[in-house]
Amino acid sequence: MTQLPLEISAWFEARGWQIHPHQMAMLARARQPATLLIAPTGGGKTMAGFLPTLADLAEGSHQGLHTLYISPLKALAADIKRNLRAPVEEMGLPIRIEDRTGDTTQSRRKRQRADPPHILLTTPESLALLTSYEDAPRIFNGLRRVIVDEIHALAESKRGDQLMLALSRLQGLCPDLRRVGLSATVDDPQAIADYLANHPSPCEILTADPGPKPDIQMLETDTAPPWAGGGAAHAIPAVMAQIRVHKTTLIFHNTRAQAEIFFRNLWLANDEALPIGIHHGSLDRHQRERVEAAMQRGELRAVVCTGSLDLGIDWGDVDLVVQIGAPKNVKRLVQRIGRANHRYNAPSKALLVPANRFEVVECRAALEAVQEGTLDGEVRGTGPRDVLCQHILIRACAGPFAAEELYREVTSCGPYSGLTRDEFDACLQFCATGGYALRAYDQWQRLLQRPDGLWQLRDPRSAQRIRMNIGTIQDADLMKVRLKRSRGGKPLGEIEEAFAATLTPGDTFLIGGQTVRYEGLREMTVEVSRNAGKRPKIAVFSGTKFATSTQLSSRILELFRQQDWNGLPAHTTDWLELQAQVSQLPRTGELLIESFPHEAREHACIYGFAGRNAQQTLGLLLTKRMEELGLDPLGFVATDYATLIWGLEALKDPAPLFDLAALRDGLEGWLAGNAVMKRAFRGAATIAGLIERNTPGARKNGRQATFSSDILYDTLRKYDPDHLLMEITREEARRGLVDFGRIEEMIKRIDGRVTLKRLERISPLAAPLLLEMGKVPVKGAAEEKLLQRDAAALMEKSGLSSLP
Amino acid sequence: MSGFEFTFAGAQLTALGSAALWWDAEGCLCVSDLHLGKAERQARRGGTALPPYETRDTLDRLQQLIAQFSPQCVICLGDSFDDDAAALALTQQDKDHLDHLTRGRRWIWVEGNHDPCPTPFGGEHLAEFALGPLTFRHIANPAAEAEISGHYHPKARLRGTSRPAFLLDKRRLILPAFGTFTGGLRSSDPALSGLMQPGALAILTGKQPMPIPMPRR
Repeated sequence: MTQLPLEISAWFEARGWQIHPHQMAMLARARQPATLLIAPTGGGKTMAGFLPTLADLAEGSHQGLHTLYISPLKALAADIKRNLRAPVEEMGLPIRIEDRTGDTTQSRRKRQRADPPHILLTTPESLALLTSYEDAPRIFNGLRRVIVDEIHALAESKRGDQLMLALSRLQGLCPDLRRVGLSATVDDPQAIADYLANHPSPCEILTADPGPKPDIQMLETDTAPPWAGGGAAHAIPAVMAQIRVHKTTLIFHNTRAQAEIFFRNLWLANDEALPIGIHHGSLDRHQRERVEAAMQRGELRAVVCTGSLDLGIDWGDVDLVVQIGAPKNVKRLVQRIGRANHRYNAPSKALLVPANRFEVVECRAALEAVQEGTLDGEVRGTGPRDVLCQHILIRACAGPFAAEELYREVTSCGPYSGLTRDEFDACLQFCATGGYALRAYDQWQRLLQRPDGLWQLRDPRSAQRIRMNIGTIQDADLMKVRLKRSRGGKPLGEIEEAFAATLTPGDTFLIGGQTVRYEGLREMTVEVSRNAGKRPKIAVFSGTKFATSTQLSSRILELFRQQDWNGLPAHTTDWLELQAQVSQLPRTGELLIESFPHEAREHACIYGFAGRNAQQTLGLLLTKRMEELGLDPLGFVATDYATLIWGLEALKDPAPLFDLAALRDGLEGWLAGNAVMKRAFRGAATIAGLIERNTPGARKNGRQATFSSDILYDTLRKYDPDHLLMEITREEARRGLVDFGRIEEMIKRIDGRVTLKRLERISPLAAPLLLEMGKVPVKGAAEEKLLQRDAAALMEKSGLSSLP
Repeated sequence: MSGFEFTFAGAQLTALGSAALWWDAEGCLCVSDLHLGKAERQARRGGTALPPYETRDTLDRLQQLIAQFSPQCVICLGDSFDDDAAALALTQQDKDHLDHLTRGRRWIWVEGNHDPCPTPFGGEHLAEFALGPLTFRHIANPAAEAEISGHYHPKARLRGTSRPAFLLDKRRLILPAFGTFTGGLRSSDPALSGLMQPGALAILTGKQPMPIPMPRR
């Protein structure tokens, strides 16, 4: 079909708008089994996705659901509802459009199940829940098309895997279902197309004109950036000047804590009292909505934000994007820059602000990558099996099923196309019996196989518990922050429970741009009072820490190799040249280690360039190994490019430290007992359905969940180390927080070439690491001693020590 | 022996880092809230299938203590089984193990709210048990003195670390849970803060038991 119904073409004509070529192309491919559209922000991408649907529905004979639209954000679904309803009404088309998310009322949801709209806008979690109902075949009867928006973002997380599994279920119900994926620019479109395809059917890729190259530069400041840290306080005047000369500026930060600090400093410098807002994921929903609304009305001159503003919501007239701190990932940077100048064919304008001296180099590397149009690719592993376990349980909620048929469905998903029958059966076994080596619950199986071979829930009431726990998003344990009042004051946002645990009454911290004073805990709520003026003691929450991508890391090493510094500012080149004189710069094909005394301690700096998470893991593994070798390590700190370890003895022979087999043993043995592994296990166990976050009673508080999942992990490690969930946990350790995969990559890259430089004092490149936050003490005997000391001090202070 | 020694109602007691209580003068070992068979009970009631090793683990740890102290008497302070049916549903191996432990010494099963009926295992089954100056019962009686109880699974917090803990004041001692699959209730919870007198101690379990002033709200 290439012909548009009259109502639609007339609507475009009346506005003097041309239909974009890629929008016509989408229309022409309406009957393709799957199509991936790659288009820049502001390219009419959403309309391109919906045009075939509008054309189909224009004559008004379709009964029931026609098109499902899935977005990663509730807010985006609501936004699209507004932006789609308006033209549909203006065209006078007989189309009912509704959204369905966690915010939709119970009564409306019930009605939607009984009488679905033509177009339903929803999220992966809400869709998974819909497929779990016994009447799913009736709800989805007539469904023709599914549109997955921002598929590049979904494909980065387990939410995408869950969505693809849900689509395979829909495809089983509606064999003629057509799939459309909408994506921002990505490094490997084929990988996303494979992800979306209904295997073995193909998925065609359509690429819209990417528009002009972005205008992107490094911000020149009068003051040189500091040696370490991420605050970028030195850039406040320069950023303020930029805000003044632009209409609306978005100021992106890598962490929430940095956004808070920067926002506060910006306010202090805001002499003209320009309207500037802050937006990040830890703020209270109402606060965020206020900022979003003010933004849409064009009332704000700047918004300080984090990734919470990353996705394609239409924010109106943003004409400048500022990125504070080095972008950790070129792809994310390009997508952020796409937020500026929301008009097709106008170049986006962006400024990079390095927060410290090393980030100057990182920003330069990122700029080059953007200019060359190379984006970072992350190799996607196969579909995670914890998500598959949840999918099997969801399938069981909808009614009896045949294992054979479900396996066929699952392997039609891109991420699971390589899943073997044995792997599938292990997941089914886990769902049915727990999958333990000790067969203890045959009598109480969760799923059982009927005489006719179909699988079903043993107890139909368990469907409710399974539905309550659908989803793959793993929040850190968060606690609400409220102003202290007699009857529950104004909510301000959330902080991580681990951060709350470090507070004592009287401490001050930043949230939502204001300094508050910690008063105490009330149930699971942190109570605070306003405390204007006083300098905050601590910034808030660790937030998500992205590691610098492999591509950026190797570009930085490449920059070092060229040695002409490629137009870097003088303050940075002086520093690097000094490093080359007293030591050397790190190189691609070898591992540089510097060893030097500093302030009565021996230090070793390992320039692995493996990204923050891997360098952190390397610190844990190396200090353990050094302890065994009698080097008495005391602590370490890790950044994206190096790990600095200090201790009592000098490192003289690094060779025994970097044996891959020994490091892998460390991962299996010692690191297996570490908190990061327990956290990975908790995530997998929750998604796979072993731990229920929500039970028909009350919501378990996070602390209790932490406690019991650690015990489950220890128990499995001791009695059933080959259990499916332990396998999944080890798999997770290869990426994400532990990121052992990058360590292996580094060891392969250096291939045994380790250069040890013994220096008389600290090197220019290592010095900033001493100023880094997040130093990790080497635990063990020391931790227990500290606890003993604190306990004794408390007893002494309270006068209780003389009692019994 | 890693333990914290104290005098309670005239008795010399030792709070062990493993969450058990040792009364040397009576050769008496006391543990509370074993919750044996918890995983089986949860599966039976339609919950998730937890790793079915907690009974084996709990009994192994109890056996180690018995080997170390050779007690003449073992007191299980209630909620020894996650429910009466769980006691019957233990694997044969666990049943044999428990049978073996109860032989050759006095064994007191104090009844708890989870396991009110007599167990199928050897030993005496009592609502409460008095020995010397002390009374052992499952749930603390607010009016009682010289009382040792369990039930609440108390835990307490120091330096951001939360651990199972004994709670001690002049009138009562509350034991932490000994079972492997047991959560805990913070000492700052009103149920515990209200029960314990001012000046109460929390004795944190762990490698070396640590007494601290009991954290309250």
